[in-house]
Amino acid sequence: MSTWHEYMQATGRLPAWPYPVNYDKVNEITIDVLIIGGGVAGMRAAISAAREGVKVAVAERGHAKRSGAGGAGVDHWHGAVTNPCSRVTPEDYTLGCYESMQGWTGGNVRYIITKESWDTLLECEKMGVQIRDEKDEFKGADFRDEKTKLMFAYDYQNKHIIRVWGHDIKVKIYEEARRIGVDIYNRMMVTSLLNEGGRQGGRIIGATAVNTRTGEFYVFRSKATVIATGGAGRLTLFAPELTASAAMADMNSAGVGQAIGWNAGAEFVCMEASGPGRLTGLAYAPYSMGNASNTYHGTPIVDADGKEVPWVDPFGRELNTVEARFIPQEGQQFQLGIGIGISRTNKEFALNDITPDLPKRIENGEFKLPLYADLTRLPEHERRVIFGMMVGNEGKTRIPIYDTMTRAGFDPDKDMLQAPVMPLDGYFNSNYWSGAPNTPSVVRMLGGGGFLVDWELKTNLEGLYVGAGGTLYGGGCHGESHTTGRYAGRHAAEYAKTAREPVADNQQINAERTLAYTAVKQDKGGNGWKEINAAIARIMRDYCGRHKNETTLNLGLRLLNELKTTELASAYASNPHELGRLLECHALISVGELVIKSSLERKASNSILDFHRLDYPEIDPPEWNKLLPIRQQDNKVEVRELPLDYHLRTPYAASYEENYERYA
Amino acid sequence: MSDKLYIIPNPPTPNKAVEFNPDICIGCNLCVNVCPTDVMMPNPQKGKQPIVVYPEECWYCAGCVEECPYPGAITMLHPTQQRISVNWKRKETGKYFRLGMKNPPPPNTRPPSG
Repeated sequence: MSTWHEYMQATGRLPAWPYPVNYDKVNEITIDVLIIGGGVAGMRAAISAAREGVKVAVAERGHAKRSGAGGAGVDHWHGAVTNPCSRVTPEDYTLGCYESMQGWTGGNVRYIITKESWDTLLECEKMGVQIRDEKDEFKGADFRDEKTKLMFAYDYQNKHIIRVWGHDIKVKIYEEARRIGVDIYNRMMVTSLLNEGGRQGGRIIGATAVNTRTGEFYVFRSKATVIATGGAGRLTLFAPELTASAAMADMNSAGVGQAIGWNAGAEFVCMEASGPGRLTGLAYAPYSMGNASNTYHGTPIVDADGKEVPWVDPFGRELNTVEARFIPQEGQQFQLGIGIGISRTNKEFALNDITPDLPKRIENGEFKLPLYADLTRLPEHERRVIFGMMVGNEGKTRIPIYDTMTRAGFDPDKDMLQAPVMPLDGYFNSNYWSGAPNTPSVVRMLGGGGFLVDWELKTNLEGLYVGAGGTLYGGGCHGESHTTGRYAGRHAAEYAKTAREPVADNQQINAERTLAYTAVKQDKGGNGWKEINAAIARIMRDYCGRHKNETTLNLGLRLLNELKTTELASAYASNPHELGRLLECHALISVGELVIKSSLERKASNSILDFHRLDYPEIDPPEWNKLLPIRQQDNKVEVRELPLDYHLRTPYAASYEENYERYA
Repeated sequence: MSDKLYIIPNPPTPNKAVEFNPDICIGCNLCVNVCPTDVMMPNPQKGKQPIVVYPEECWYCAGCVEECPYPGAITMLHPTQQRISVNWKRKETGKYFRLGMKNPPPPNTRPPSG
């Protein structure tokens, strides 16, 4: 007996809610630094702040031991350019990222990452994470440095991406945070940031939250706050029955950090950016099927008759050896890995891959479906490092893939793993399990926008810092989240040491409290959270999809507001769990408003942001080559203009290095 | 058949997400406490395995399995639509296999690296 249904069938009795519930209880917590979001970024922020000697609390939506998009493991660590084997400088790596995005990424954030990524990883090692081939399992392999025993991924020549045995990385940093006295509050659905004097745009002095097991209310009072939350994965597609098992972020990804930041007056850029929903959609279980991308980079792909599909370099030149797949080719300085939020790489920094004309060649009959990943064709070290090491440590792979598949008899030494059979355009990119064409084209995911921060990773609001992956403009992947979290936590602590005592506005707290509990105190006939979430996603798909204009965007805003004042206002939650999910719907609506209002301000189409306005069809007009930071002041939208290279202009110094020296 | 029938909603999709072995599980609820999305609840009867209440909120990280001190007490189950997709072919024999097949081949006992 495992499920609620089985329990009901066996006993005929509804099980009572197992936790003591008290919707009227208010808990007050006073600390120096509050971290919102206890994933890898938040826990690293907490650890670095606590090491500065200040009192730190983490408010986490799930349970911080294993939660967050990075909580399920990691197998490779990007941007470790200061490691002793690296042949890439922080300046070169930052420029590679910046130029690959044609300027549409936060150069300051990228540079901070490259300067501190390796140090951040070394700290993981001290916490007990394995980052070296200590048992000499891969002695003599091309990707291993014999002296340091470090192992590298993607670009074996330049050695800036490190393979790590990170399946338990979250547990290790959680234990370290506990050890040094960080207070962790789990099951916290954060509902708002508190502004000094209750004024939008004022200094941030804490947050309010609801415990999703007990229903109790929490008021955190802090001198500084770090937002370290994830993305808004439920914003344009909500069908967890089909998609949760394929998603790279869990159900808690409701954009809560962006929502509370937006409502408090924080500034955002590029929230209008989006792309087709490759990984949010109807994909296959991550890493469970034949492919040649990311963790499986370098894997041979063969057709149904065993004929091998060629690997090519970014310029289309065929690669004739396995070794060539892992080194830059003529015309390239170094190669950037996948997953760091650099999606439209220049050929100069792009990876070697399976030939992109494969869809046409399948159609012409040259290759016959289904395709297979044939790891047996690789030398033993390569095969073992891909399936035994990386697929044993990447997020959602240790138990879900390695353990499950080997128990079922899969043996990479003998077996070929089938790729999905899907419409041919899905074979354009070798990350086949992401099942791109199975996701309807109306589904889009947010693409690279986030909080705008300065060289201290501070927002426009006094006391508010950001350390995260997708929530931060310029943020990236797993390692980037650790690194920015660690940096933001340090700076938040420095600020908190001399900051004045926070004075909260009781009116703001009481208003948040009333709003938070409406759904448990009204008619039981109201809508549930899933119905509301699906409606939000419908509005975003229809009115803020690939094709939009001023009118559809305004209609979308109107409908979000409609929903807020009708179905959502009368919604019912029968327990604290449902209440938490319903409060996430409020957050999703705020993020939706932020996205639509950002979209209204950009009166031009943009290829890098994958942003298309029917009423402004000209792509990339040069006069719109600028950021449009957006925020709310007195509930009115305020927009300004900012050059893409703002991070190297006044008030900052003109070079990356000078700024880092000045602010780090 | 004499079992009493009840008016009950359809089973959710996916049905389970995780499955307990009641012979091994001691109902310590460590898995319940660590689950990021609160998929399970403690059993009202102390010492019994937890109840899977919100399987559609599971994202299949298997943190619950890693947390469990009693191997075999809890098993993560990919949804059937994912299991049916995981297929492989033995190169030498051309034989087809899939995750969840009726008569699976013997397990590959090689542990992961590290």
